[in-house]
Amino acid sequence: MIRVELPPHLRGLARISGEVELDIQGPVTQRSVLDALEASFPMLRGAIRDHVTQKRRPFLRFFACGEDLSHQQPDTPLPDEVASGREPLLIVGAIAGG
Amino acid sequence: MSEVRVLVGTRKGAFILTSEGKRARWDVSGPHFPGWEIYHLKGSTVDPNRIYASQSSGWFGQIIQRSSDGGKTWETPGGEAMPAPGAPPQGQSNKFVYDSSPPTGKPLTTHQWYDGTQHPWEFKRVWHLEPSLTDPDTVYAGVEDAALFRTTDGAHTWHELAGLRGHGTGPQWQPGAGGLCLHTIIQDPSNPGRIFIAISAAGAFRTDDAGITWRPINRGLRSPYIPDPAAEIGHCVHHMAMHPSRPNVLFMQKHWDVLRSDNAGELWQEVSGNLPTDFGFAIDVHAHEPETVYVVPIKSDSEHFTPDGKLRVYRSRSGGNEWEALTKGLPQADCYVNVLRDAMSVDSLDKCGVYFGTTGGQVYASPDAGDTWAPIVRDLPAVLSVEVQTLQ
Repeated sequence: MIRVELPPHLRGLARISGEVELDIQGPVTQRSVLDALEASFPMLRGAIRDHVTQKRRPFLRFFACGEDLSHQQPDTPLPDEVASGREPLLIVGAIAGG
Repeated sequence: MSEVRVLVGTRKGAFILTSEGKRARWDVSGPHFPGWEIYHLKGSTVDPNRIYASQSSGWFGQIIQRSSDGGKTWETPGGEAMPAPGAPPQGQSNKFVYDSSPPTGKPLTTHQWYDGTQHPWEFKRVWHLEPSLTDPDTVYAGVEDAALFRTTDGAHTWHELAGLRGHGTGPQWQPGAGGLCLHTIIQDPSNPGRIFIAISAAGAFRTDDAGITWRPINRGLRSPYIPDPAAEIGHCVHHMAMHPSRPNVLFMQKHWDVLRSDNAGELWQEVSGNLPTDFGFAIDVHAHEPETVYVVPIKSDSEHFTPDGKLRVYRSRSGGNEWEALTKGLPQADCYVNVLRDAMSVDSLDKCGVYFGTTGGQVYASPDAGDTWAPIVRDLPAVLSVEVQTLQ
């Protein structure tokens, strides 16, 4: 079970509270986690990754286990702690603006 | 029993204000979508309980929300639960992709940037949603970077009417201070094929074939701050308004100047007359008097607030040129707010109600066509848009 923590705006958009739990078959990567997340919550499509380019939106970052994973390739395996569910993947909005 | 519903978009959410026909007591609902910018909400005239909202964020992009019960509950079309595990979404309501398909012409890839160089077209947000006059599932969306999109399936999917960007002058369009935005969409109720739009800073355009082909309608506009003041393209039109009974008469608030056209935009003439300043954003027309027009003069393009610390709506009962200040109930000292282009609207009761919202978070209502005013709410986030529904 993969755990994902969304920023408050996206929790509101998806109408959830707390962490999201996802079942993922195969390698656990940014791409596979986001694919599973968007399949469960289609209203998030385009809100984390650009619709066309599938690139991370500029003011969002991905963190786990105290590390910034934002610039890793989408198919790079996420840390074992995330893959095993011991740690969540954090999707964080940049602290900027008002 | 009549009822009025005022749809308010703000920097940090949407609010819905409702009142009985006397417009004396108001209920306030919201914030809906707290923390998100709501550039615009508008209801269908065919089905007033169908309301569309443009929800956006610099972080998370564009979302389209839809209500089918007058704003009590909302959904993201296409965001429904999957029909089967792993199946693709049924719709993608927040997906606005510029048309680059060969059958629809020659899609443009660049427009003029602030420094005069060419810049790629990049979708940023939906500024204005205009539901069709005949079908609650059909809606037009004016977006930044400027283009016109349409849905015919209740906002599940959106498709660009690419003839506008592709009509030939696109490389000359350049952003105004707020971006290169298509902010005004007016449908001609007597001619289904005719739509007027306006873009900052390109100007006004008209289609007579339901969006397939377009042409600029800017003759008569003069903008001394651009290289050719009478150019066909490049005017910073802020907003336009039309009375449905006289669809060939258009009123315009340009960056500077208030103008009118009596021939569907073929030629414009200035009607600023005795206004204290003719810079401004909002403009609207009385529901029952096609020659009664409202504007809110703003001091200048470098000082986006009301002149002399006074919040004054100006009304012309003669279609322009002769204007009277409407001040009763509005602050007349130390008031420095702005009223944005989509933040004024009218109801269709008798007497006509006039409404506007400010960047200071107030929404004012006049139940008597502007003679007197009172705030409905005083402390909302900065108001981006105000639309009014008159419910019978």
